[in-house]
Amino acid sequence: MTAARLTVCEQCDAVYEHRALAPGEIAMCARCGSELYRRRRFSLDTMLALTVAALVVFVLANTSPIVEVELQGTRNAAGLWGAIVAAYDAGVGLVAVVAATTVFFFPLLQLLLLIYVLLPLRQGRTPPGFVWAMHALRHTQPWSMVEVFVLGVLVAVVKLVGLAIVIPGVGLWSFAALTILLTVITSFSLHDLWDIAAEQRA
Amino acid sequence: MSASPVARELGVAACHACGLVSHLATNDEGLHCPRCHAPLQYRKRNSIHRTWAFLLAAIILYIPANVLPIMRTATFFGAQDDTILSGVVALWQAGSWDLAIIVFVASIVVPVMKIAVLMLLLITVQRGSRWRQRERARLYRIVEFVGHWSMLDVFVVALLVALVHFKTFAEVLPGGGAVAFAAVVVLTMLASQSFDPRLIWDAPESSSPATDPSP
Repeated sequence: MTAARLTVCEQCDAVYEHRALAPGEIAMCARCGSELYRRRRFSLDTMLALTVAALVVFVLANTSPIVEVELQGTRNAAGLWGAIVAAYDAGVGLVAVVAATTVFFFPLLQLLLLIYVLLPLRQGRTPPGFVWAMHALRHTQPWSMVEVFVLGVLVAVVKLVGLAIVIPGVGLWSFAALTILLTVITSFSLHDLWDIAAEQRA
Repeated sequence: MSASPVARELGVAACHACGLVSHLATNDEGLHCPRCHAPLQYRKRNSIHRTWAFLLAAIILYIPANVLPIMRTATFFGAQDDTILSGVVALWQAGSWDLAIIVFVASIVVPVMKIAVLMLLLITVQRGSRWRQRERARLYRIVEFVGHWSMLDVFVVALLVALVHFKTFAEVLPGGGAVAFAAVVVLTMLASQSFDPRLIWDAPESSSPATDPSP
C-alpha cells in the first residue's frame, strides 16, 4: 500500500483513495460531511497575480485615511494605524495589539510569504526556507481578520452619522477591495502548494 | 453507508500541516512528517485538557467583558457608558436595525454559541458518546468558521476612539470591557483550535447503547 495515494479526512480520520476530480467537483467525506479536497482552481500564475494585486491594495489601504469626521469645524481623519495608536494611548494595549496583528501584520506576512513561495514555484524551483514559510502561512491564516475590520468600519460610521459629518476616504474602498482579494487568496489550498513542490522535486 | 476505514486503525496518519499521509509506527512519539517535518500524531496532543483550559479562561473573562463598559462617550451634554449589549440597543434605537442584528449576532450569539458548543463537544467526547456524531462534527466546523467575527466590537471601539476626539464637544474613551472581550475572542479561538474533531468519532463501537445513556 502506498500511503501517498491515500487521503485522510482531517475532521474524522476516515481514509479514502485519492481520485482525480472533474472541474468544479469537490470531494466530500462520506462519514462526517466535511470537504476533503477540490480540484485546483487557480494556476500558480493566477495566484501570484492576485497576491501581488492584494499587496498593492494593502499599501493603499494603509496609507490613506479610511474615514474623516467633522464636528464644529474640526476635522479628524483616521486610518488603521490611527485606531491602533489611539487604542494604545487610551490604555487598552491588548486592543491595539489585536488590531495590529490581525489586520496589519498577519495579512501582510501572508501576502509576502505567498509571493516568496509562488515566485520560485512557477519557475519550477523551491525557495530556501520553503518548509518554514509554508508553516508560517498555515499559522497566520486563521488570525487574519481584515474582513471583520471592514465590517467594524461600517458599524463605526453608522454610529457616528448622528453625531458628526462623516466622509468616507480612499482607505475605506481599498480595505473593501482587499477583503475580496484576501477571501480568494485564503481559499488557495496550501496542501496543493505542498503537492506542487513535491511533484517538481520528483 | 459502509463504514470507512479509520486512519489510526490502519496505522497511517495525515500530516496536520501538509496533508501527506504516512505510515506510523505503533508509538505516537517523536515522529515527523517526511515532507514538512511537522510532528506526526494520530490525535492532537492533550486536546481535551487544553481545550477545557482555554474555554474556562474564556468563560471567566466573559463576565467582565459583558458587565464592564466597552467604551465611554463624553459629549457636551454628559457622559454615557456603553456595554456590548447597550451598544446593540443604541444601534437599534437609532434605526439601524440591520447593523444592530449583525452586531448582536457577532458579539453575543457567536461567543455564547461557541462556548456552549465546545462544552457540549468536550462533555460528549469525554463520555464516549456516539450521539449524533455527524451533527456534532458539523457544529464544530461552524464554530471554527464563524469564531473570529466576534472581534467586530473590538475594532469598532478602536475606530471610534481614534475618530472622536473633539476636545470639549465629544470624546470616546475605551473601557475595560473591550480588553476582556478581545481576550475572550482570542481564548475561544485557541480553544476551538485545540479541540480535535476526530475524537467525536473515536467513541467505542456499541459498548453502550447508541444514544447517550442518562445516569
